[in-house]
Amino acid sequence: MKEQTDEKALLEGLAASDKRTVETIYKENYNMVQALIINNNGSADDAKDIFQEAMIVLYEKARSGSFELNCQIKTFVYSVSRRLWLKRLQQQNRFSAPGDNMQEVVSVEEDLEQHERRNDEFEMMDTAISHLGEPCKSLIEAYYLKKQTMQEIAAKFGYTNADNAKNQKYKCLMRLKKIFFTHYKNENGDD
Amino acid sequence: MTDIKILDAVERYIRGEMNPDERVQFEALRKSNTEIDQLVVEHTLFLQQMNSFGKRKSFKSSLNDIHENLAGQGKIETMKMTGKAKVAYMWKRYKRVTAIAASIAGITAMAISAMVWAVAPKANSDYEKLVGDIKDDIKNIKVENAQQKNAINKVVNTLNDEKRAAIIYKSGGTGFVIDAKGYIVTNYHVIENANNIAVQNNRGEFIAKVVHADKSKDLAILKIVDDNFKPYTSIPYSISKTSARLAESIFTLGYPKNDIVYGQGYLSSLTGYNGDTLSCQIQIAANQGNSGSPILNKNGEVVGILNARQKSTEGFTFAIQGKYIYKALEDLKKSDTSYLKLKLNSKSQISGMERMEQVNKVEDYIYRVKVN
Repeated sequence: MKEQTDEKALLEGLAASDKRTVETIYKENYNMVQALIINNNGSADDAKDIFQEAMIVLYEKARSGSFELNCQIKTFVYSVSRRLWLKRLQQQNRFSAPGDNMQEVVSVEEDLEQHERRNDEFEMMDTAISHLGEPCKSLIEAYYLKKQTMQEIAAKFGYTNADNAKNQKYKCLMRLKKIFFTHYKNENGDD
Repeated sequence: MTDIKILDAVERYIRGEMNPDERVQFEALRKSNTEIDQLVVEHTLFLQQMNSFGKRKSFKSSLNDIHENLAGQGKIETMKMTGKAKVAYMWKRYKRVTAIAASIAGITAMAISAMVWAVAPKANSDYEKLVGDIKDDIKNIKVENAQQKNAINKVVNTLNDEKRAAIIYKSGGTGFVIDAKGYIVTNYHVIENANNIAVQNNRGEFIAKVVHADKSKDLAILKIVDDNFKPYTSIPYSISKTSARLAESIFTLGYPKNDIVYGQGYLSSLTGYNGDTLSCQIQIAANQGNSGSPILNKNGEVVGILNARQKSTEGFTFAIQGKYIYKALEDLKKSDTSYLKLKLNSKSQISGMERMEQVNKVEDYIYRVKVN
């Protein structure tokens, strides 16, 4: 059962965005996916795109803690990449069923539905933040993404003290939340 | 309590940063005040979204770094598809077309040979012997020819090596990569009258040649032709098709001296020297060696090429607009079809990064152009 514990350790490392782990998973799976894409009408750039999206699916699944190890990482990455590539081929009308005599495939429909939803949410936040403009954008990123303290931010952005920076951040946050939730509620308004 | 203090409390509550007393108090407030309860629910959702957003964003950019790293170390095969892989790929892609073409060719060939056979007179044996002799002679000549060619090549190679050691270059200007295979853009005046050209940065010094020169636009495209040069996997910045905007903030990297120098400024006028519409005016410190440096905007798009030749007394600096790189490339493709595959990057990979990171990514793609 050594293999299983290894895989488990990899997933834990991935969930914590440990660089070495990500590199290992990348190294062990990239060539396989690239071969799949290239053998099915794709280019090396397509392969990179598709593989990295599959890595994000795996990452978010690992992070959500819902990853039950019912298949190998390799099988999962392969299945997701295959599905993503099929979808892209269909969109481009170049559809031809990928030949896969080389790998077993597992069903990943549910994972991809979740991935779509997370994609939408990511896009919503991305547009909301980019609509903020400066200095709000940098201010919000410094506090919420880079987790800098108000003192650090005050020094970096040239506010006289942490309280001033806090005031400014509050105004920015209110605007961001307003933009974000307008879209968020529109998207989820149906249910 | 003011709104700002309430939100502050909500954030600390969600993060679990309150001490027990405070927490009890806050929970009581939450129970009695539905507005605050709502705010807690909403803000929890928002912070979760924000957190996922940040995590995914940094994961995404780390993937790109890892890809470059692994490709650089040769641990994954990045097929810029050469040799066999490319043949296999093209074969798979076009096998049906190939099959049809091949059968048509086959049928045509058979028909023609049948016709020739039917029409041609029967050859006599003397004639056949003569043809055989001639064939042998040709074969011998071919072998000799190949040997001579090899010998010549050897001599040329040694000459080249010696020449390489002997050339003393002087600094000309700056250039930057526009295609991963080693195509570099610089100013025409930088390489004007040059016999030999070399480009240099911390990747090494490489021999380059001019493949396109346009005196009127003061643009030139060089290609690195050095065996020691390894192609890039991708280019971090893109070349902008649209003009820069007035007051847009810009930065540049170039080689006015031996080491790379960073400068930043803004676009001060949409036209250049004496109202020249080919270029624009920028407020950035530059001198001669900066000629040919890329002018990038905050998204990592090349909006211009610094041109320090027409320096007026007031110390203005000018830049050729980035869209003319596209024009120059079109001209190049028209003049020589072997460049048809050249493609400019239209999507910047460094958009949204901090300036220091952007510079770090871009640095390797900028060369000091040296001439002799």
